[in-house]
Amino acid sequence: MATEINKVPLKEGKYFMQGDEACARGAIAAGCTFFAGYPITPASEIMETIVERFNDLDRTFVQMEDEIGAMGAVIGASWTGAKSMTATSGPGMSLKMENLGLGIMTETPAVVVDVQRTGPSTGQATRTAQGDLMQARWGTHGEHEMIAISPWGVEEIYYETIRAFNLAEKYRTPVIVLLEEATGHLREVVNVKKEVEVYNRKKGNDTPPFGGFEPLERVPSMPSFGDGERLLVTGSTHDPNGYRKTQDREVQEKLVDHLRLKISENLDDILEYEEYYTDDMDKLIISFGFAARAGLQAVKRARNNGEKVGMLRLKTVWPMPVNKIKELGEKVKKVVVPEMNLGQLRREVERFVKCQVVGVNRADGEVIEPEEIINKI
Amino acid sequence: MKTEYLKYIRKEVFPTAFCPGCGHGILLNAFVNALGELNYDQDNLVVVSGIGCGGWIGSPHLNVDTLHTTHGRAIAYATGVKKANPDLEVVVMSGDGDLATIGGNHLIHAARRRLPITVICGNNNIYGMTGGQASATTPKGAKTMTTPLGNEDRPFDLVKLVKGAGADNVYRYTAYHAKQLKETIKEAINSNEFYFLDVLTGCPVQYGKRNNLRDPMKMLDHFKEKSEFYKDEYKNDKIMIGKF
Repeated sequence: MATEINKVPLKEGKYFMQGDEACARGAIAAGCTFFAGYPITPASEIMETIVERFNDLDRTFVQMEDEIGAMGAVIGASWTGAKSMTATSGPGMSLKMENLGLGIMTETPAVVVDVQRTGPSTGQATRTAQGDLMQARWGTHGEHEMIAISPWGVEEIYYETIRAFNLAEKYRTPVIVLLEEATGHLREVVNVKKEVEVYNRKKGNDTPPFGGFEPLERVPSMPSFGDGERLLVTGSTHDPNGYRKTQDREVQEKLVDHLRLKISENLDDILEYEEYYTDDMDKLIISFGFAARAGLQAVKRARNNGEKVGMLRLKTVWPMPVNKIKELGEKVKKVVVPEMNLGQLRREVERFVKCQVVGVNRADGEVIEPEEIINKI
Repeated sequence: MKTEYLKYIRKEVFPTAFCPGCGHGILLNAFVNALGELNYDQDNLVVVSGIGCGGWIGSPHLNVDTLHTTHGRAIAYATGVKKANPDLEVVVMSGDGDLATIGGNHLIHAARRRLPITVICGNNNIYGMTGGQASATTPKGAKTMTTPLGNEDRPFDLVKLVKGAGADNVYRYTAYHAKQLKETIKEAINSNEFYFLDVLTGCPVQYGKRNNLRDPMKMLDHFKEKSEFYKDEYKNDKIMIGKF
């Protein structure tokens, strides 16, 4: 079995740390041995922590010449068997998108962290946002599934980064961790456990190295360079053995189906969310990341005033827990969606519920206050 | 090529996708002969390529680990492979549009770092696969799809570019100089240093047809006549070849 227990290099106990640092330390606990990065605010502290710790742990860090190169190096390193990662913010995320697509196409495990800041373009480097939700889903071209997770606090950043690695290894795909400047620079207590459960990719050659063979949802085993498999790894449409099929309709169809099905057929394993007070509610807040912190405060204050409000917080934002949103949406007369963008999650929710949906939105670099949400409830 | 060298080739991908007369085939042949003469361990070699005709030299033809990446980024991927597993021999083989035009940043930084990999540029002075557009190595005055009246821009001299970026082991050959090319490939993959090989492969179909070099033999004669081995003086009216 590919699940193993990793001894965490950091001594167990309570640590007061920043979100970006927790992300780096979670990656180290997950067994990340390769990091390629490029300086960018507000994500540089992830790289800073990695540099310091990798030096002691004899793991490989490289500062690349640009964001594009960092994403490429991460994919190259992953094919040597390394758990690999890069971290950036909006402008860098835009640059990484083409190579992220190659990671999906070549079924390469990797973790990509996006500490969101305002945009478009350079925007405001030190101001917070959640404007990259749709970019995470659709930023790279062509039909694909995407796994993206969005922790809401520092301790959760630590453990969700570990989960991101586990999902990347298990499903052989890049996984995006969406932080915000607000969570990346937040300081909170993290309970560091002595050991964590990690999933390491299945190696060997019991299947062809790439999907597209039956059953389509099966995740193929992944040999490394140097294993003697003489791999053909390509971003072009390829058959299960990696041979390019640039004109073949059936191979293209099966490959795209495989890349989608290996994720969409395993939603029970991938989706994580939390419900608050949803047993007894007539209004529902749906939120994610930092905005959900204000959402929960709003729920508690509204409950103190006798209002029956519940909340659904998405930890896995992509794929979205559509059935859960539908189920809860049927119980209420109104859904409120707070997010630090102008309605990217709200438009998704509107597709799945019949009742009134209202947004609480900011794209001005400020966080949402609980009062703003209460006013919309 | 000796028949025992065929182990380095994926026979099932032939006939090759290259056009008749394409110099990339001569580069591929030289590479396979180099591996064969060294009896090189084909399970410890990773060949990384990008997009375009040059991206097809190593992948899918070579029967080794191959990584066919996005356009221009082969060296960045190779950086990850080599840094994560320094025991692997890593060769980047791609074209001028890929390595020197869209991907020029990675090329100069690999040279600056003296990353211990071999970079071979199958330089045919044009974007062949997309129909013959000018690249960063298209000579001034040359006609292409996008420069029908002659290229107004100066090209990169890749030898000078990569030397200037800090590389020590910089070579140029043409498709006519397959034997010397093979010997340098052997030297490069046996070293653990950064090597850059600018290989003028020639594209009779897209470059030649617009510049009076459509006949592949004429292209090879052109390389033969214009080339001169570098000794002390770098002559700009010649194709300088050898070690720099």
